[in-house]
Amino acid sequence: MKISVTVNGKDYSHDIEPRISLVQYLREVLDLTGTHVGCDTSSCGACTISFDGNAVKSCTLLAVQSDGHEITTIEGMAKNGKMHPIQEAFKEYHGLQCGFCTPGMVMTATDIIEHHPEPTEDEIRHGLKGNFCRCTGYHNIIKSIQHAAEKIKG
Amino acid sequence: MGSFIGKSVKRREDARFLKGAGRYTDDIKLPGMTQAAFVRSPYAHAKVLSIDTSAAEKAEGVVAVFTAKDGCGQYGVPCGWQVDFKNGDTMREPVHPLLAGDKIRHLGEAVAIVIAESLEQARDAAELVEVDYEELAAVTDPGKAMEEGAPLVHDDWEDNAAFDWCIGNDRAEVEAALEKAHHVTEMEFRNQRLAPNAMEPRSYIADYDVNGDKWTLYTSTQNPHLIRLLLCAFALGIPEHKVRVVSRDVGGGFGSKVYHYTEEALLTWASKEIGRPVKWTSDRSEAFLTDAHGRDHVVKSRMGFDKEGNIVAHLTDEYCAMGAYLSTFAPAIPTYLHGTLFQGVYTTPLIHLNVVAPFTHTVPVDAYRGAGRPEATYLLERIISKGAREMGMDPVEIRFKNFIPAFDGVEQPGYQTQVALQYDSGNYEGTLKRGLEMLGYEDFRKEQEEARKNGKLLGVGFSTYIEGCGIAPSAVVGALGARAGLYEVGQVRVQPTGKVSVFTGSHSHGQGHETVFAQFVADKLGIPMDDVEIEHGDTDQVAFGMGTYGSRSLAVGGSAIIKSVEKILEKGAKIAAHKLEAAEEDLEYAEGKWTVKGTDKSVSFGDVSLTAYVPHDYPEGLEPGLDFSSFYDPVNFTYPFGAHIAVVEVDKDTGRVRLKRFIACDDVGNVMNPMIVEGQIHGGVAQGIGQALLEEVVYDTSGQMISGSYMDYAIPRADDLPMIETDRTVTPCPHNPLGVKGAGEAGAIGATPAVVNAVVDALAHLGVTDIQMPLTPQRVWKAMQN
Repeated sequence: MKISVTVNGKDYSHDIEPRISLVQYLREVLDLTGTHVGCDTSSCGACTISFDGNAVKSCTLLAVQSDGHEITTIEGMAKNGKMHPIQEAFKEYHGLQCGFCTPGMVMTATDIIEHHPEPTEDEIRHGLKGNFCRCTGYHNIIKSIQHAAEKIKG
Repeated sequence: MGSFIGKSVKRREDARFLKGAGRYTDDIKLPGMTQAAFVRSPYAHAKVLSIDTSAAEKAEGVVAVFTAKDGCGQYGVPCGWQVDFKNGDTMREPVHPLLAGDKIRHLGEAVAIVIAESLEQARDAAELVEVDYEELAAVTDPGKAMEEGAPLVHDDWEDNAAFDWCIGNDRAEVEAALEKAHHVTEMEFRNQRLAPNAMEPRSYIADYDVNGDKWTLYTSTQNPHLIRLLLCAFALGIPEHKVRVVSRDVGGGFGSKVYHYTEEALLTWASKEIGRPVKWTSDRSEAFLTDAHGRDHVVKSRMGFDKEGNIVAHLTDEYCAMGAYLSTFAPAIPTYLHGTLFQGVYTTPLIHLNVVAPFTHTVPVDAYRGAGRPEATYLLERIISKGAREMGMDPVEIRFKNFIPAFDGVEQPGYQTQVALQYDSGNYEGTLKRGLEMLGYEDFRKEQEEARKNGKLLGVGFSTYIEGCGIAPSAVVGALGARAGLYEVGQVRVQPTGKVSVFTGSHSHGQGHETVFAQFVADKLGIPMDDVEIEHGDTDQVAFGMGTYGSRSLAVGGSAIIKSVEKILEKGAKIAAHKLEAAEEDLEYAEGKWTVKGTDKSVSFGDVSLTAYVPHDYPEGLEPGLDFSSFYDPVNFTYPFGAHIAVVEVDKDTGRVRLKRFIACDDVGNVMNPMIVEGQIHGGVAQGIGQALLEEVVYDTSGQMISGSYMDYAIPRADDLPMIETDRTVTPCPHNPLGVKGAGEAGAIGATPAVVNAVVDALAHLGVTDIQMPLTPQRVWKAMQN
């Protein structure tokens, strides 16, 4: 099937197998390997992307469902070589260790801050429920998101 | 400069991870690469009557289908540790085949590999492989595996024992002391089976280059050189110098990526058969079925006390599951990494542990974060708390009463335990005292009393743990059954411009080696951190190494690098002396230059580096170049310790446990980067809490796994955990150059019993004395009703 999709501001058109998932399309066809696959039950959130401005697990969508939509992946977060304040905060507050869940965490954090510009610890924990991290115990991820929110708010 | 050690330097590896530019194995695409899928057994124990691959072979895109009949690695993957029976009989060591032949021994064991142009084609074709099985009765519980008439995992032997083992004082002596004890506390429980769950599933690409007759294996391992050794010398019998193993970014390990897995060897073999690269990446379901699990001990223990509450004897019997085959380090886990920690931080004069390690119809069990030490700590910290309660003592008081007094390992000697080890240095009272300050113990007990009056169930639990890291020295571990040395290799190559490349045999999969190792190298050389690059994870680049596990990277790997740095400075001083026309002993080195003492005459590190490579005016007889490699074999383990304290509230209606506070006061020796150490503690604590409250691999009696996805196996989510309050004391390790002890596993070792002790404390007035982990709401609620 033919699809046209905008990813990180760039337009793509491809003829793809209808059964492939969006995350496979991003990784295998577009070579955007920053979006990861950590499970097969839509539980872990390593594949989280921004889909028309909402955080979505890209393993839950077929690639064909992205036809006509706008996607931002982790590769699209830094602008002109400068990291997004959320990325900066994760570095500053040690919000990552092995880095595998990190792209999904950053994309979910973007969504959390968008919905809660001044998020409480509980709101962040609730918002992160669908993203697993096995390294950090979430402690520094939460700190990173709190500080990023402050920075974004200015 | 000279000021990086001890600072929370931000991680240099973060930028690539944060930009989505990490290079994990599954991110790699090679030209002409094929994809593999496995046909795996749906039974835990079965005869394989026939395999028909004809339809799969004809399917679209299929390149090859292989079964055991195709002669892939008949030696199987090896075990790296031998623990013989107490009576001297040799450990039973079955062949662990790359593909199962006529017998299936655990759910998910592979019977065929299907290789195709695309992953979809490989998976489609795998569905077309027809396997005829005859299901047999299975045994998954290590205790039941040793019962008379239990189904045999391997028919070659009359029962399921892989080995048995004991450590400590004479059993009869310990039993006699228990007879005479004022009070004896008993416990029977299961330290449940866990799945490590690194977020990156295992992934391998094997690439045979026909022109060079060489293989490259890209693998998500913690242990590239050891994988190469085991792959070449044992599994496939191919020349080691013809194989390159690459393990760049790895998405977590926690032990599960230490071992040499069948798929690594099979893909390497298959790549030569088909003459093309082949990739396989586990999905999460396969990970649950095939990644080595952790724990799974069935425990029966008695601890005796005198009337003052001093421990007088401790006797334990355990059944520790090995799974269907012996994984790389499996026999060492419930023995030398477990029994040797039974002293804990207490002066217990008589200790005996007996271990029977049976095969079971399950995936192999091996090290998972902590590896044997969490199991020892859980038992000790639970039974001492239970004993205190039975004797009407405070859990803090009984610990202070039994602590080994502080010793620094320099002025005061190391502490000789009853279970073989000699602790390096410790101040066990110190971490508990600090932890109690952080908690505000007296206030808490008042708060708890008030809460009970209001129908709320609050509890506090303590755990004062010790662990052993950087297992060593090689001669000792060799005598104990290790089939490899446990040193580490560190090479420091100074480039002509004075820039420094460091090659380490340790491996980072989240620990931040690229930052921390550069911190201390830059410090010792007095040069900017930006001038130091850390390389790891490529056997063609790094001379040799033993990988990362057992919290050994800094204590062992860091020490090897320091040795090379010292050699660089020693040779550099000779060159500097020549340039300065001074005697070597008149020079001092600081801030990146050699200076003639008491003068302003100096020469910089960069000048000396250039001279080493452009040796026109050069000391006579000295070799050019500035590049040293060192092997560091430690004289002893290191012994971090600490006090963990959990505060919980139990919902009286649902049994749900909420962690209100978690306090961790650890002592990991000197700290290179506090930010990273705290991060390691946070993560370990989260996994320890996971074991206490949430996680368990469950096999039913037929060997089916009923917890094989994230819908069924609960790893901690963000809203399961509190913020973790950390602090530390510093008792340096006396026997390594950085004075470091290791921090990777401490959290997972200390946290679990603190949480369970807290829940039991919350419910003690209801008569609850123990609850089996994980403490699910159902189990807690049931305990409250009884």
